[in-house]
Amino acid sequence: MNHWIIAPVILPALLAPFIVLVMRHDLSLQRVFSTTGTAVLAAISVVLLYTASTNPPEVYFLGNWPAPFGIVLVLDRLSAMMIALTAVLALLVQLYAISTGWDSRGKHFHALFQFQLMGLCGAFLTGDAFNLFVFFEVLLIASYGLMIHGGGAKRLKAGVQYVAYNLVGSTLFLFALASIYSVTGTLNMADLAVKVAELPAGDAALMRVGAVLLLLVFAVKGALVPLQFWLPATYSFAPGPVAALFAVMTKVGAYAVIRTYTLIFPPNTASTGLLFADLLLPAAIITLVVGAIGVMGATSMARMVAFAAIGSMGTLFIAVAQFTPQAMTAGLYYLVHSTLATAALFLVVDLVQDRRSNDSLRAAAPPFGQHGLLAALFFGATIAMAGMPPLSGFLGKLLVLDATRGANMAVIWTAILATSLITIVGFSRAGSQVFWKAHATTTTQTRPEGKAEPLAFAVVFALLAGLAVMTVLAGPITDWLADTSAELFDRMAYINAVLPTAQE
Amino acid sequence: MELLVASAVGLMTACGVYLTLRKRTFPVIVGIAMLSYAVNVFIFASGRLAIGLPAIITEGASYTDPLTQALVLTAIVISFGMTALIVMMALGAFLETGDDYIGMEDDADAPTPPQEGQK
Repeated sequence: MNHWIIAPVILPALLAPFIVLVMRHDLSLQRVFSTTGTAVLAAISVVLLYTASTNPPEVYFLGNWPAPFGIVLVLDRLSAMMIALTAVLALLVQLYAISTGWDSRGKHFHALFQFQLMGLCGAFLTGDAFNLFVFFEVLLIASYGLMIHGGGAKRLKAGVQYVAYNLVGSTLFLFALASIYSVTGTLNMADLAVKVAELPAGDAALMRVGAVLLLLVFAVKGALVPLQFWLPATYSFAPGPVAALFAVMTKVGAYAVIRTYTLIFPPNTASTGLLFADLLLPAAIITLVVGAIGVMGATSMARMVAFAAIGSMGTLFIAVAQFTPQAMTAGLYYLVHSTLATAALFLVVDLVQDRRSNDSLRAAAPPFGQHGLLAALFFGATIAMAGMPPLSGFLGKLLVLDATRGANMAVIWTAILATSLITIVGFSRAGSQVFWKAHATTTTQTRPEGKAEPLAFAVVFALLAGLAVMTVLAGPITDWLADTSAELFDRMAYINAVLPTAQE
Repeated sequence: MELLVASAVGLMTACGVYLTLRKRTFPVIVGIAMLSYAVNVFIFASGRLAIGLPAIITEGASYTDPLTQALVLTAIVISFGMTALIVMMALGAFLETGDDYIGMEDDADAPTPPQEGQK
């Protein structure tokens, strides 16, 4: 048994209380320990990524209880990829927060940050549905704290909405799990996969209810229409670096959908069949359209990026809803891309908000410090987000388009191409309002002094560089992702790893 | 007994949903608490209802499902903690803004000055 599998959960879980208990009065000590911890987490995640890509799925039996009686953690290519993405993003976001001083604007930023990482890594690793619920709650509790970090009336109010929405979501999650448990008598994912496949016809209705409730829960997390209402207010009022970290939170919903509906309820299940694909696809298309219209109509920069994030979830779920290996490869590529692009855009907008006198897109404001540099960064990040060449958003959308040839091709292609255009127009309007019209409001040639935050700019450059690397190395990356989706659709490898005695 | 438990879960869920859709934070919190009670009973019932049976397997004797009891314990702890948290946050928002409406007033048209706590 490879004990490194538990490390991404244990490390932040130990570090966070240590930070709260020992160094709560010393911010610089917190910074050192927390950043070191995240860096170590990133290193571990790379090791796990390497292990997962050379080995079949590996299982970690907690307390050495055999599955399905104990809780298991499963490391396969998908979970290793998600952990690596989370850890790398978290490291960059943390450096940004330190550089811009966001972490000093409230208490316990670093402790909450580590708890957030613990929840995220746990959710990606666990092989037990109830344990997934528990890790969802861990990451949500931490995210509530991070969301209202820094305080302020608006932020608190948006925070209450966010918590209330997610508490209802958690209740729904429990209803779904209890319905599924009452039918199958198990909540271990691999065991569920075996039991659902041989379900008697009489139990199919209850099973479908449970499975669709579960889909609703993941749709809340993944901001899928009509359950996306929490996202714009939450993301636009959250502190910039926290919003950037939240870019990976919606992907938890996507991950859970991919995991559950390829492993437990694959399209060839007798009791559910293509039910989920039929539900997901229209919702995903509407999500994409709502996101694009939101980008066009947004009144503040942060809100615009939040809607762009919703739109990117739409594209991602369109690919996922195909439930074919090729579309899954495209979806996973787009998932990694959109996480980095959303994070980059949130950080750029945070830098602009910091310098510009207001956040509105309706009123012009005079030029601000580092005007040109920020305009260039905004340009780069929006190109990636909207899916224009030369960055990886273009390749991601191209892969999704290529993978969705078939019956619904006309609708999907129209939706993706039209929304890309609307998004581009929305972004250009915002860019010209913020960066170009600024010059019209003032006659003086003197520019305000910019703040020297070299590390923050370096982080944004690093995210954009990551997107550039994804573009240049698109070939090898898609090959690796193709193997990942092949592993996802080869359910027996996962099931045999968890339950060595299971038979197809 | 099935009828009693089922209607209790149904009624509590209905009340919870109604209260959650109210405009002020207090009914919403009570509604969420109600929903979590309903789901706790529901989880308990998903292991089949039995009266007077131990949750431990002993030789020759019948037993009730112990796993749902463990699940419901976890769910109770989490929902209790969450309720405490949202009460604190709602209180903070109330003290900060002076009203306890759950909705955000549409501030889209008025460019707002940077708030305290923000940069």
